[in-house]
Amino acid sequence: MELTKIKDFNELLSNISDSLNGKQREQLRDQIVKDIYSNAEVIADNNVSMQGEQTGIGEKIDDILTSKWLGFPIMLLMLGGVFWLTIVGANYPSAMLGEFLFWVEGHLSNLFMAVGAPNWLHGILVEGMYRTLAWVISVMLPPMAIFFPIFTLLEDLGYLPRVAFNLDNLFKKSGANGKQSLTMSMGFGCNAAGVIAARIIESPREKLLAILTNNFVPCNGRFPTLLILSMIFMGTVGGRGSSLLAAGIVVLLVLIGIAITLLVSWILSKTILKGIPSSFTLELPPYRKPQIGRVLVRSFIDRTLFVLWRAIVVAAPAGGIVWLLANNTIGGVSIIDYVANLIDPFATLIGLDGVILMAFILGLPANEIVLPILVMSYLSLGSMIEPDSADALRGILVNNGWTWVTALCTMLFSLLHFPCGTTILTIKKETNSWKWAIFGAVMPLTVAIIVTFLVNQIFTTLFL
Amino acid sequence: MGLTAKSSGLNLLRETFNLDVERNNPIIALAGNPNTGKSTVFNALTGLKQHTGNWPGKTVTQAQGYYENQGQEYTLVDLPGTYSLLASSTEEMVARDFICFAKPDATIVVADATNLERNLNLVLQVTELTDNVVLCLNLMDEAERKNIKIDIKGLEEELGIPVIPTIARDGIGLNDLKNMVTAIVNQDKQIKPVKVKYSPQIEAAVEELLPEIKNTLGELSEGLNLRWLALRLLEGDQTILDSMQNHYFRENLKGGVDCYGVD
Amino acid sequence: MLLTQLPLGVISEVVSLEAEGIKRRRLLDLGLIPGTQIIAKRRSPSGDPTAYLIRGTVIALRSEETNLIKVR
Repeated sequence: MELTKIKDFNELLSNISDSLNGKQREQLRDQIVKDIYSNAEVIADNNVSMQGEQTGIGEKIDDILTSKWLGFPIMLLMLGGVFWLTIVGANYPSAMLGEFLFWVEGHLSNLFMAVGAPNWLHGILVEGMYRTLAWVISVMLPPMAIFFPIFTLLEDLGYLPRVAFNLDNLFKKSGANGKQSLTMSMGFGCNAAGVIAARIIESPREKLLAILTNNFVPCNGRFPTLLILSMIFMGTVGGRGSSLLAAGIVVLLVLIGIAITLLVSWILSKTILKGIPSSFTLELPPYRKPQIGRVLVRSFIDRTLFVLWRAIVVAAPAGGIVWLLANNTIGGVSIIDYVANLIDPFATLIGLDGVILMAFILGLPANEIVLPILVMSYLSLGSMIEPDSADALRGILVNNGWTWVTALCTMLFSLLHFPCGTTILTIKKETNSWKWAIFGAVMPLTVAIIVTFLVNQIFTTLFL
Repeated sequence: MGLTAKSSGLNLLRETFNLDVERNNPIIALAGNPNTGKSTVFNALTGLKQHTGNWPGKTVTQAQGYYENQGQEYTLVDLPGTYSLLASSTEEMVARDFICFAKPDATIVVADATNLERNLNLVLQVTELTDNVVLCLNLMDEAERKNIKIDIKGLEEELGIPVIPTIARDGIGLNDLKNMVTAIVNQDKQIKPVKVKYSPQIEAAVEELLPEIKNTLGELSEGLNLRWLALRLLEGDQTILDSMQNHYFRENLKGGVDCYGVD
Repeated sequence: MLLTQLPLGVISEVVSLEAEGIKRRRLLDLGLIPGTQIIAKRRSPSGDPTAYLIRGTVIALRSEETNLIKVR
């Protein structure tokens, strides 16, 4: 009975619609909106008194942050500054943590020996799981504990909408939405979070663009890989100059990521996601003093611990698996060696080697563990160095045939390759489609292979 | 209205909004424009007792939390920050539908004291939908810095709803806010919002439409906010009919549910 | 004149909206109704979008939208 009422009601609505032409309908709606605003105006006028209008400091800041000549350089400087602070600040605590955790490892080994535990148990638990964990923690915790609070602070201050304001035109020309730069900013922290953040984009087409290309922003899991490789290969280790150079290289990589985001968005807008940009409205809210204490707590609990915990949960079993792969043999060679050799010819084409490519594949659950797996694998192949410092790491990599082109291709592959498993699942959830989730992994992989192939071919021919 | 959560029909409706009706808490909605400190109010009230999910069937984030006042636990639902409730975006539709169909026992509208006019636009749209509204006038410290003076008593009179000045980031005024919500829920505070006055052209069109709606709905029109409905029909808002179908006919609801029970 | 052509810092008033459908509704909901005061505050370094002060809030609009708004 109620259903028929609704039907009648629907009919009533269409009757009313029919009785008005488009113009009249528009007028009515305009008038309704206008009347509500007029009521609000009257009430506000009656009860609010303002003594002297003053232009706030915020406007002057905005004049600089969005100015024609300074807007872009300032954004770059901020980006570089955040990276530099992260590198410089993380260096020392990272080394301390590493030293401490490997000291603990020594004692753990002694303990295992004292109780007469079998070798394989010690191998899986200490050399596999514990060592990978120690790596993930000492390498990731310090940069995250610096990067996330700074980032959250910028977020709280209200700087991010200004970034979207500055960059919108570039996105518009690629057929995308300026708010995509906000989702990309989130992506620095975590691509899955970036994918969810795409909800702020109303047009489904532009939302999809933002979701599919978020991978091209290096998330926190890949960030340390980029930082460390640029530190040990592009600048000499130690000294202030090298951290500046390393920051510069990371900025450059991020810019490459942004350029590829725009290019891919443009190509998709012209092909499978055809369409013109929808409307764009963005509020530039007044700057507000951030609640520093809250920011610290929130960024530490919500972001740092969250991401670290996820990394740990994935890293420990992965470390165990890698140890097993390294210490079990097929026809006389370890499984790692076997698989690495199998994919080595292809990996070499794109400037990597079999072990690097395998580390990326094993890192699918969480990109954080790519570097630890890589080092573990190299170590299992005979190197005896304890990977507790950047110098030692450089030694391991160089011993295994790395050149700066290898480092460059590894960084580019890390920047582009594919989002982690969590992000792929998040794409599935947000788009409600496996098709897009798989596309969101395969498309970046294709881009990564093309780019690293070209870079490898060109640079090896030219310089090596 | 008050503790209408006892009626099973309403509980069924509320469940469709992912509300845990087992807790038997009064439901409080938190509305407001973007950038008014709404999430600061939400965080300050609920602390760590909050969780996020999605609005049913939508990829719009829904945050819920719990807080206690005077020995009673309340469920606070954070609505998407919007400038309006006229359903021109998914967020606006979600916010409107929640107020309309989940019938919160009270609705807090957070407003930016430095920008009252724009914020009142939303306040007036909320008070068109439900009576039990309290205005949380936030960012009072910024207003003071900008030499903006607001006549709280005058505002209360002209809106017909209680107004609580707050500085949410410092926790100032939040106890008053909680107490006011409690008073509203316990029906210690009767609220009769002053409704929007439309121009004669609109009022005439509404008058003309009212008998037709009454006729169509028959006895169902009892207790409905026909005026609000007439306005939506006039502006050709199809979404409200879709929402009515969604929320009323997904479950077999028996009486006791008066969707627009505000008149 | 079109809102797009409004120079920075000049106080102006909305005359009419040429937009239709959902676009019109969105612009109206932002408070862009005839008679509303509007000031162009700043332009993006790349020339578009432009941020306008509308009823106490600064909102950035692309030229696609401002071409549909007449001001005086």
